[in-house]
Amino acid sequence: MLSLKNIALTFNEDTPDEKKALQDIHLTLEKGDFVTVIGSNGAGKSTLMNVISGSLKPDIGTVAIDGRQVVHLPEYKRSSYIGRVFQDPMAGTAPSMTIEENLAMAYARNKKRRLRAGVSKKRRELFREFLQTLQLGLEDRLTAKVGLLSGGERQALSLLMATFTEPNILLLDEHTAALDPSRAELITNLTGEIVDKFNLTTLMVTHNMQQALDLGNRLIMMDKGQIIFDVSGDQKQELTIEKLLHEFQRIRGKMLDNDRAILG
Amino acid sequence: MFISLFGAVESGVIYAIMALGVYLSFRVLDFPDLTVDGSFVTGAAVGAISITNGVPPILATLLALLAGFLTGSITGILNTKGKINPLLSGILMMIALYSINLRILGRPTLSLIRESTLFKNLEPIWDATGIDQAINGFIGLMGVERFPDTWVVLIFMIIVTVLIKLLTDYFLKTEVGLALRATGDNERMIRSLSANTDTLTIAGLGISNGLVALSGALVAQYGGFADVNMGIGMIVIGLASVIIGEALFGTKNIARTTLAVIGGAIVYRIVVTLALRVDFLKTGDMKLITALLVIVALIAPKIITASKENRRRQRKKMALNKKTEEV
Ligand SMILES: Nc1ncnc2c1ncn2[C@@H]1O[C@H](COP(=O)(O)OP(=O)(O)OP(=O)(O)O)[C@@H](O)[C@H]1O
Ligand SMILES: [Mg+2]
Repeated sequence: MLSLKNIALTFNEDTPDEKKALQDIHLTLEKGDFVTVIGSNGAGKSTLMNVISGSLKPDIGTVAIDGRQVVHLPEYKRSSYIGRVFQDPMAGTAPSMTIEENLAMAYARNKKRRLRAGVSKKRRELFREFLQTLQLGLEDRLTAKVGLLSGGERQALSLLMATFTEPNILLLDEHTAALDPSRAELITNLTGEIVDKFNLTTLMVTHNMQQALDLGNRLIMMDKGQIIFDVSGDQKQELTIEKLLHEFQRIRGKMLDNDRAILG
Repeated sequence: MFISLFGAVESGVIYAIMALGVYLSFRVLDFPDLTVDGSFVTGAAVGAISITNGVPPILATLLALLAGFLTGSITGILNTKGKINPLLSGILMMIALYSINLRILGRPTLSLIRESTLFKNLEPIWDATGIDQAINGFIGLMGVERFPDTWVVLIFMIIVTVLIKLLTDYFLKTEVGLALRATGDNERMIRSLSANTDTLTIAGLGISNGLVALSGALVAQYGGFADVNMGIGMIVIGLASVIIGEALFGTKNIARTTLAVIGGAIVYRIVVTLALRVDFLKTGDMKLITALLVIVALIAPKIITASKENRRRQRKKMALNKKTEEV
């Protein structure tokens, strides 16, 4: 489904600011895999997401989706296969446009955009049905501007917009990090339900270790631009936060330098 | 008085098309596009030179629209492909167009007095309908003494401008139109929804300047000449129309906003006309008046909202005081 081979990316190469953000990344996801990604600040998690989505180009290496090479496709072309939710609730929606207009734009993701009405009667019904699954009452506010929604509501809408066209790959980059704990839990639960329902192939970055353990069938840990730990199946089910921290210490010979992760 | 106000409304409706173009770049795409000063003249020049070379006025006007589309697209290409900042892309294009417009015209001013124009062609058909007499008879009853020469320009232009408004409203609600609006609202998001924002910016600026040039061609035919300097300050007039219109008539939704922009263009012309009737003010003061108008339209709504908020708080405080006194 998704296959990364030999990816490397260095920022500001040959300058004092040189930063090896990704090194020697090999990663293959099967259809329906739900992979949680953890790692300390600056480990390269967001960079990895950006390389998959096409907003960054790797120095070397290949990205294939469904066996199709996409590394040379610009971001906007690749995004017909990829759904994305960003950390910032403002990033995933257009604030001055209405809820139904935002959904209409997401609905057109994997189709050719034409000069026909974006929101038809039939589509409005469809949008309403999808919004009902969020259980936030947004289905009654179809013509409200998205800028009026709370961060949590916006993030739920972004999640719906990223998923309801059933993309080949779903990328979530700390998409609950900007929310208060109860909203974050709501979005986390929704994420689990939606990924299950559509059987989406998903990569989810999180600093919340418990979340990383609870969700998904596979977990990878990144550090200094590399994938240093990769567990799936039963082994992942048996994992605990203590074991994870211990594992990190064993591999890197030091403590995981991220208190956010432990608290989360 | 009636005649000069009539003239103000007439030209207001023609300039409203330019204001709609400015609305598309400035508000929808969030792109402060200074190409307008040049593309307005390009429209006038292409229209005028085509007409003097025997092209039927309607075709000449459409050619002007096309030329305007081209100028806007080039600004868009400079910005998206050349990665030049929006303001600078527009300024560069505006400067380049000054020379190009002079080339198109072949001289600084080209008169259309002896040529047929869209409006002159309509007059014989119009006169046959006798609508002028009917309207003049009616407003005569209301005490108007001097009548305008013809109503055809006003009525024809209202039809054209409203048609363009309705087309714009529809377009901005299509799948492409939604993506265009999102390009101005949240570019990163719409790119992650597989829209090519470069192409959308280029096309959007093309349409915007197409409308500006169309307005230029109509103004040239209305005024009877095209002049290489007729576009100076046009962007500010466009912005004035957009901002005054939004402040006076509201921006609840797209249809309302485009209507407000047209209204703003007309109000702007009326205010300028009235201001120039003041003895103390001269034609040369028009730019200053325009700048002051924009400043007022930008600041006044804020002051009004603030004072409303203040009064609301005052009321609440009084109510609270009363309650505590009673207790
Ligand atoms: N555009 C850029 N230019 C230069 N350096 C960059 C750029 N983007 C990221 N980096 C650097 O690359 C490294 C990896 O960054 P990245 O954003 O992928 O980390 P992350 O794992 O997502 O961290 P966090 O948990 O803080 O979000 C960091 O050291 C960062 O400073
Ligand atoms: Mg990150």
